[in-house]
Amino acid sequence: MPVAASAIYFLNLRGDVLINRLYRDDVGGNMVDAFRMHIMQTKELGTCPVRQIGGCSFLYMRISNVYIVIVVSSNANVACAFKFVVEAVALFKSYFGGAFDEDAIRNNFVLIYELLDEIMDFGYPQNLSPEILKLYITQEGVRSPFSSKPSDKPVPNATLQVTGAVGWRREGLVYKKNEVFLDIVESVNLLMSSKGSVLRCDVTGKILMKCFLSGMPDLKLGLNDKIGLEKEAQLKSRPAKSGKTIELDDVTFHQCVNLTRFNSEKTVSFVPPDGEFELMKYRITEGVNLPFRVLPTIKELGRTRMEINVKVKSVFGAKMFALGVVVKVPVPKQTAKTSFQTTSGKAKYNASIDSLVWKIRKFPGQTEATMSAEVELISTMGEKKSWNRPPIQMEFQVPMFTASGLRVRFLKVWEKSGYNTVEWVRYITRAGSYEISGNPIRRYGTHLRAVVDTNTSL
Amino acid sequence: MSGHDSKYFSTTKKGEIPELKEELNSQYKDKRKDAVKKVIAAMTVGKDVSSLFTDVVNCMQTENLELKKLVYLYLINYAKSQPDLAILAVNTFVKDSQDPNPLIRALAVRTMGCIRVDKITEYLCDPLQRCLKDDDPYVRKTAAICVAKLYDINAELVEDRGFLEALKDLISDNNPMVVANAVAALAEIQDSSARPIFEITSHTLSKLLTALNECTEWGQVFILDSLSKYKAADVREAENIVERVTPRLQHANCAVVLSAVKIILLQMELITSTDVVRNLCKKMAPPLVTLLSAEPEIQYVALRNINLIVQKRPTILAHEIKVFFCKYNDPIYVKMEKLEIMIKLASDRNIDQVLLEFKEYATEVDVDFVRKAVRAIGRCAIKLERAAERCISVLLELIKIKVNYVVQEAIIVIKDIFRRYPNTYESIIATLCESLDTLDEPEAKASMIWIIGEYAERIDNADELLESFLETFPEEPALVQLQLLTATVKLFLKKPTEGPQQMIQAVLNNATVETDNPDLRDRAYIYWRLLSTDPEAAKDVVLAEKPVISDDSNQLDSSLLDDLLANISTLSSVYHKPPEAFVSRVKTAPRADDEEFADAAETGYSESPSQGVDGASPSSSAGTSSHVPVMQPPATPAPMPDLLGDLMGMDNSIISAQLVRRDGQIFYDISFDNGTQAVLDGFMIQFNKNTFGVAAGGPLQVPPMQPGASARSLLPMVAFQNISPGAPNSLLQVAVKNNQQPVWYFNDKIPMHVFFGEDGKMERTSFLEAWKSLPDDNEFSKEFAASVISSIDATIEHLAASNVFFIAKRKNANKDVLYMSAKIPRGIPFLIELTAAVGVPGVKCAVKTPNKEMVALFFEAMESLLK
Repeated sequence: MPVAASAIYFLNLRGDVLINRLYRDDVGGNMVDAFRMHIMQTKELGTCPVRQIGGCSFLYMRISNVYIVIVVSSNANVACAFKFVVEAVALFKSYFGGAFDEDAIRNNFVLIYELLDEIMDFGYPQNLSPEILKLYITQEGVRSPFSSKPSDKPVPNATLQVTGAVGWRREGLVYKKNEVFLDIVESVNLLMSSKGSVLRCDVTGKILMKCFLSGMPDLKLGLNDKIGLEKEAQLKSRPAKSGKTIELDDVTFHQCVNLTRFNSEKTVSFVPPDGEFELMKYRITEGVNLPFRVLPTIKELGRTRMEINVKVKSVFGAKMFALGVVVKVPVPKQTAKTSFQTTSGKAKYNASIDSLVWKIRKFPGQTEATMSAEVELISTMGEKKSWNRPPIQMEFQVPMFTASGLRVRFLKVWEKSGYNTVEWVRYITRAGSYEISGNPIRRYGTHLRAVVDTNTSL
Repeated sequence: MSGHDSKYFSTTKKGEIPELKEELNSQYKDKRKDAVKKVIAAMTVGKDVSSLFTDVVNCMQTENLELKKLVYLYLINYAKSQPDLAILAVNTFVKDSQDPNPLIRALAVRTMGCIRVDKITEYLCDPLQRCLKDDDPYVRKTAAICVAKLYDINAELVEDRGFLEALKDLISDNNPMVVANAVAALAEIQDSSARPIFEITSHTLSKLLTALNECTEWGQVFILDSLSKYKAADVREAENIVERVTPRLQHANCAVVLSAVKIILLQMELITSTDVVRNLCKKMAPPLVTLLSAEPEIQYVALRNINLIVQKRPTILAHEIKVFFCKYNDPIYVKMEKLEIMIKLASDRNIDQVLLEFKEYATEVDVDFVRKAVRAIGRCAIKLERAAERCISVLLELIKIKVNYVVQEAIIVIKDIFRRYPNTYESIIATLCESLDTLDEPEAKASMIWIIGEYAERIDNADELLESFLETFPEEPALVQLQLLTATVKLFLKKPTEGPQQMIQAVLNNATVETDNPDLRDRAYIYWRLLSTDPEAAKDVVLAEKPVISDDSNQLDSSLLDDLLANISTLSSVYHKPPEAFVSRVKTAPRADDEEFADAAETGYSESPSQGVDGASPSSSAGTSSHVPVMQPPATPAPMPDLLGDLMGMDNSIISAQLVRRDGQIFYDISFDNGTQAVLDGFMIQFNKNTFGVAAGGPLQVPPMQPGASARSLLPMVAFQNISPGAPNSLLQVAVKNNQQPVWYFNDKIPMHVFFGEDGKMERTSFLEAWKSLPDDNEFSKEFAASVISSIDATIEHLAASNVFFIAKRKNANKDVLYMSAKIPRGIPFLIELTAAVGVPGVKCAVKTPNKEMVALFFEAMESLLK
């Protein structure tokens, strides 16, 4: 059964009910007590997001300082339930303008109840597109567009749009200036050994769009990805252009993209929602250009002193630069005193995260920077276990750079009125989990891994 | 732009309810609306505001949509507790369902369906009929779901009014969202009915596949899930379905992806072309991997499903093992599942990489995760023969770190590796022995002892090592005691010298006379007997070659696996249990006051009676280790009296016993027949821990018995003293002994009705209140097919003698319905409803009780009382 929920509760961290909505009769009204008693007040909390207590199952997620708990008693579709929660939270955020926390919920509980009634019926998720819901569930909720009194902005046939084939865009939009903004945002995930060899690396990217377009436009996006280019060459029966092509491991699309057409023609065509949305997500594991290399050396001198040296090299184009570079080097809990020397940026010790934090505001391409630090430790009695060095972490953003090399080749807009559109494209690469192992075991591992890698390529 | 509703939560003055009442009846609209908001706020935090029912309903007739919605929300929550007043709302509902505004029409139908009050349901039919044919698709899609709601309340009504046909017509609707909701409703109705109601034909199939392209993401999930029930007629159809479904793999919604994977996997069973299958496997891998970049909770669901998928089709993700490597900041439940999948995907090709990862994990902070990582290394060793040596060297490195729980875990897995590859890696025993004194966990101790016993001939000081454990024998847990016993016997058989001989005597003495653990005692007696009669035979038994083990601990049985794969993305696939194991669909037929009740029961509405309330699962996958049975000597079945000679006395005696209740006291009514040739005396009795904590209330008084004599004794019992944990059962294990004979063990049954107290009588009103206050899922029913009620009065009298008290009765068609109550100690009441026709076999027993676990035992007791 694709049922996703019999009841849904919002609880604060103390377990007080902020919102409760029963959708079906098969769970009792007091189920939230069972959740509090058997999950919230035990060590179970956080060990598993799906739990069975008695005849009911509890699916829960924590979002800022709120627990959202779904209760079911049938063999419900769990993926659907969790996705529903994620989407619902996104919807609430778009209604309250940003935050989703205990205060926001208390301040908007009437609206939330109204939305919960609309987005799920008898446990089946219905349309959750903010764009459409905002047509008839108005922010202030004071006046409905259908009240028999004349309203300022009558919205015709909202219901047709909720259920329509293009359930994410309303008709009759007019903009003076038709503009499309397209951002390719990539985050690089990396695990590098302390000697600088790559243990694990991938890029997860997303294409974010902001559309201010009149009418019902049809858009088509072309990228320099391998499959798309090959297919295009094949369709136009001409040889594929040379130049860098990117192999995407996997892509997922916003519901506005015609998947059947993508499957047959490999083109991304869609009628976009109005405003901001995430068009697609992709993943790449081959041929990633790493923006930074990090070479740490950590020496433990006796039991009370450490010497840390970190060298960071930027390996992207010399004309580009990275912003907000932060390098976090974990140090033991018993750190007492630190001293630093850096070639650029500032470093300090942050005791709350047990790390040395080195910040460089602007980092040009093809350069390098180093930080050397001395750390003094309080000697502790009987500390048998050696310190398990957590990885060094790095944060950064590099504008106009994509780690995957992905580029937009074209973005075409068709609308029957034939207006002109201005298109803006930006690229940015960020650090996902960019980690450099500090652990000697990993060092040992690199050597072996090199051997393994050659084996697999055979 | 956020609102300021939080103020509605803050009024907690004394006279709150009267104050709200006044505000609800205010002449000002805004004040009324604010008051309703306050009522909803109070309802949310759990205050009982049902007394304001009339006042809230009076606000229902309003132009203001927001206020209307709030009132409806209130109605959904409280209509059930005020069924008589709920009727006040009907008029407005019916009126709203004809409103020119489609949003209000839909709202009215949607809300009415949520109000489970018979009287309202009757009025729902006409509006629903209209709305199913409404011009506006928004209303139709809401009406479609409403049919499922109504079916849940009154299935017969739905069928009589032809709503099922109307719903089926909606499958051909031109609006995809209406189609999707109609499919969801039909699938749900089919799920709760035994008759075929919604079967997908090739015609509907193509309609659904077309709708799939156009409807919302959720609609796609509904359609895909019901398509997964469809069995393709032939290969071509299967390929066609797969081709139409494959594009869904690119959807951003994880539920769509998983449901698509489900269908593809199911249809692949039919497809014979290896090329097509290979191609499909290739297409499924990337979307599955992408699920691992979603929210951790969704990752968890994905990983539990991937666990199943790789068991069925290991090739899909064979090259993707890297994506399952744990990230430093993954939540623990994600790490644990990744580890499990890594073990499944480990192969000779990637084992080096995998071992490096495991070793890294074994140095992390979370103890459970570390343990699991160490076990994982052992399981890989057992799975991959060529990698076993590398696994062992990693384990030895970990042992050298000397972290206590790592060492213990390593020893447990090394024991398994020894079992899998006998006579290969014994050289490391010396290293293991270094950690001997640090072992404090039973399983690790038992494993180490097993290793010492198994390789006693190669360990020079094996006797010393074992002896060090023997000193604490009486205090050790049973697991260790059993292992010590077996290891000592092995040692003695391998090195029959003086030292081991003394040890074995000490151990056998300890394990027979000084223990009260029957398992240990039995095993010790068998060894004793074997050793004293035929040491060679003992060698054959104890030192026999052991069967080869394999790492199948987390492998699911193939029919269960198929069952679970058909349930991908549902709870069943997360728990790795079939749906029947955790969904207790116990429903009673409605206690309708009308005459149609009997018919309704016959038309197949009422669900099958409860099948095991607890739904114990036949296979649990939660196990973490490869539990290789530690060597168990094949136990000789059925002890032959003449072989046991002096150890066990001969017995031709008979004991019969039963738990009974006399004058509010529980007794064990026990009688003996002395069939031996000796005088028996010194009778003693002992009860094992049990669900009801039944134990002897005093010593057993039986006079010395001459040969051939018999005796009877009423032993006063106490109950609820020392209750054994775990799921309730009626098992009572009893041990009886006397001075002449060994202990007799036997199993008895505890009839629950002996605990029914004399205080179980309830007043009519308190019965009604109690019945209402218990939620519906505390209600269970069972049919006693073999019971007959021949006279109502006699039955009442008979049951009253067992403290099941009569409260009221009524006639329903040709059947009599009796309401009764009973109570067991600790204040657990049972509210009983018996339905039967006089003289006709078959009594239906429904019960409501706060303590669901006891229901199965209760039915057992009732059935025996009604026999």
